[in-house]
Amino acid sequence: MKAAVIVFPGSNCDRDVAVALEASMGAKPLMIWHRDTELPPLDLIVVPGGFSYGDYLRSGAMAAHSPVMREVKARAEQGAFVLGICNGFQILTEAGLLPGVLMRNAGLKFVCRDVCLRVEATNSAFTKGYAPGQVIRAPVAHHDGNWFTDPDTHKRVEDEGQVAFRYCDEGGSLSPQSNPNGSLANIAGVFNERRNVLGLMPHPERLADAMLGGTDGKPMFDGLVEALS
Amino acid sequence: MSEITPEVVAAHGLTMDEWAHAVELLGRQPNRTELGIFSVMWSEHCSYKSSKKWLKTLPTTAPWVICGPGENAGVIDIGDGQAIIFKMESHNHPSFIEPYQGAATGVGGILRDVFTMGARPIANMNALRFGSPDHPKTRHLVSGVVAGIGGYGNCVGVPTIGGETNFHASYNGNILVNAMTVGLAPTDRIFYSAAVGIGNPVVYVGSKTGRDGIHGATMASAEFSEDSEEKRPTVQVGDPFTEKLLIEACLELMATDAIVAIQDMGAAGLTSSSFEMASKGETGIEMDLDAVPCREPGMTPYEIMLSESQERMLMVLKPGREDLARSIFEKWELDFAIVGHLTNSGRMVLTKSGTVVADLPIAPLAAASPEYDRPWVSPARQPVVPAEQVPETDPATALRALLACPDLASRRWIWEQYDHMVMGDTMIRPGGDASMVRIHGTKKALAVTTDCTPRYCLADPMEGGRQAVAEAYRNITATGALPLAVTDNLNFGNPQKPEIMGQIVEAIQGMGEACRALDFPVVSGNVSLYNETNGQPILPTPAIGAVGLLADATLAVTVPFKAEGEAILLLGETTGWLGQSLYLRELHGREEGAPPPVDLAAERRIGDFVRAQIGKRRLTACHDLSDGGLLVAAAEMAMASGVGARLDSQSGIAPHAWAFGEDQARYLVTLPAAQAEALLAEAKTAAIPCARIGTTGGTVLTLDGKVLASVAEMKSLNEAWLPGYMSKAAAH
Repeated sequence: MKAAVIVFPGSNCDRDVAVALEASMGAKPLMIWHRDTELPPLDLIVVPGGFSYGDYLRSGAMAAHSPVMREVKARAEQGAFVLGICNGFQILTEAGLLPGVLMRNAGLKFVCRDVCLRVEATNSAFTKGYAPGQVIRAPVAHHDGNWFTDPDTHKRVEDEGQVAFRYCDEGGSLSPQSNPNGSLANIAGVFNERRNVLGLMPHPERLADAMLGGTDGKPMFDGLVEALS
Repeated sequence: MSEITPEVVAAHGLTMDEWAHAVELLGRQPNRTELGIFSVMWSEHCSYKSSKKWLKTLPTTAPWVICGPGENAGVIDIGDGQAIIFKMESHNHPSFIEPYQGAATGVGGILRDVFTMGARPIANMNALRFGSPDHPKTRHLVSGVVAGIGGYGNCVGVPTIGGETNFHASYNGNILVNAMTVGLAPTDRIFYSAAVGIGNPVVYVGSKTGRDGIHGATMASAEFSEDSEEKRPTVQVGDPFTEKLLIEACLELMATDAIVAIQDMGAAGLTSSSFEMASKGETGIEMDLDAVPCREPGMTPYEIMLSESQERMLMVLKPGREDLARSIFEKWELDFAIVGHLTNSGRMVLTKSGTVVADLPIAPLAAASPEYDRPWVSPARQPVVPAEQVPETDPATALRALLACPDLASRRWIWEQYDHMVMGDTMIRPGGDASMVRIHGTKKALAVTTDCTPRYCLADPMEGGRQAVAEAYRNITATGALPLAVTDNLNFGNPQKPEIMGQIVEAIQGMGEACRALDFPVVSGNVSLYNETNGQPILPTPAIGAVGLLADATLAVTVPFKAEGEAILLLGETTGWLGQSLYLRELHGREEGAPPPVDLAAERRIGDFVRAQIGKRRLTACHDLSDGGLLVAAAEMAMASGVGARLDSQSGIAPHAWAFGEDQARYLVTLPAAQAEALLAEAKTAAIPCARIGTTGGTVLTLDGKVLASVAEMKSLNEAWLPGYMSKAAAH
């Protein structure tokens, strides 16, 4: 698998996801600077967490129009796999690669904690390492993670099975209490229709090492390596 | 140039003696720009003129200390060619005026102190003190400070891994925001601030200089209003995105051989950075203020020199490396300007539009600045409060009240607003004793803590100073890490009052004694004085930040109980000391008595014993005993795990004193029951008091067979207070 991580000047989870990828791939991913517009052949492109260009405007809004994102969009259309985590998810929605928007958290505060996620679809390279309905633990750390869309789009996303993860309690039930940011229908992550693009607010790369208290994020990276190698 | 009257001098915070000294130094009257420079360089904040004499008594060396106080931050060796660089610094007054930006720029400033020395910041901490929860401003201040710390740290991508928070009415008009940064650097690439090499270029990088934070803006002098200057806010505004760029650009340049010296522009901005660099290098600087990147046209030399705009650095480069450096800062889209060069004159010569606007000798404004031996009196000691003079409250009632009191309630509401996991190395998250980060790519881990018990310090500054250091030592020990070094943030009232000066002197003496006894040198620090409002001083608050090293990260031990049926052992001597305890204050409304004495030899002996046991993987959980005493510590271990415990009290001590006394040098530990006898025997051999006081298990906490509370109930009491308090609409 040939993988790359996009590095915006304000990215700050680029190293974290590179570490997790390396642990699964056995090789370091390429790190692509935001001004680079010519990408080598790639199977997987990761848009990492952070604050891309400061995000003083709507999160991800400027990054979505950066030169490197034009190239990422083109690659996604050609079938390359694209994973957006946290700020990466915000950028992918702003770029139109994924449905919906990420609004300010319902609680209005930044929230950093472990949450439970229910795996809603395993028919993708991103989620094939999990069992359907499996409950996994992953940290969130965001101010703008409140996923929202119009009723028609929401219906289509649900009907097409584009929901990848939902916030849930430890038993897998959905409730407002288990939703850290007010996301519509507890949605934590969504695919595009082709399932080669995934965006999610939680950080699987932060629990992919037993020394950090859990490995529930690792099957995502292992699954990608298996599917794309 | 307008005349400098005694009023103008006083408005700049200089005494008439200091003014006369300045005139004598120059052989003429300083002009307005020079007066501004004198005033900030001789300010308490920059010169440490009241505390210097006493700070010199602190132990600052050890074989593992690479650089002690005097540079931007302290540096210690953690082996394998790696160094830890760390410091704590206050941003108290700005945070009270504008909590979000005050706290945010406090974080920004301490980050710069650390990365300016070549370290990548790997963890942030903070020590916060707010007024009484009943005070009308407290909620607003908590909300703003926490959001500001998070807003800055989260964006720069450095995890905020822990800290401490107290509430007390003495901080009603003067909160404390002390921020600490810990960074990692290769030992062969540490950068210092001594400007050397006559002719070398002096370079300004980072953000542009604006009119924010100008010291003079605090004055309402007639001369300034005549200039019809728009009044600017005196609190600086932070830009964490630019700070992130600055970190990356500086570290990229530091990987080359271009830098001779580097210093961040913190308090007193361009003035203190340039003076300190030249003073340390024993050189002079000629600087052209026209070359300084400014946010707006028409800024005066006074404004440029005194601006505290954030995210700026000053460097001295090797000749010929300017283009290399410029290309790196251009890549990160930051300003880069050659603003001057080093001379051998020992003077700071500033020009603007071709005219000399200031010409000052460097040494007397920096290294040789005034030092005072202020008069002090030893604060009156409070009498010991014997346990029999304290009423006994039913332990279940008392425990419930303590777990929900403002000083012991869970801080989750605070630290969930901080990204405490970014960088992917956080092993022990906030909420325990010390927090811990792995040293990236190694087997090592670093424990970090901040500690101080201000009510002890008021009752007895010497004992309080000892206790702050001892508690930091215990918190680090409880994770298994070896305590290595300390940074201090000394927050006190007005040093011109002898009783306040007495607090400063004795707290430093107590700290120094503890640091010596525990091999725990002070390598950096900051002093914040004049923390008073309407003549009411804060509690003396010498906050200690400390780091410790765990050579094998897999050994780390945490607070939660790990399994049912494990033995719970109490290490250390319990006398039932209730003076200054939270029990006495929260249950009986008495904030009085002598604080618990600190036996430093016992701290060390027991600390060494605990670490040795953790090193042999004998302990499954470990928690230091502090605020609230034994039952609170046991409850915290239960709440963190969801596992209950059955406890049995020890005879010979009044039950309430045993349960809630705050004797020092104690730990609660757990281990498999079958191994308890062996540990008790080893402790006996080592002459360490050790007793088995219970067994883990179940869903409730019991004492002598009686249920105190269920774990779920304790958790809900402990977790409810802060979010409940913060969600109430301000009642005033």
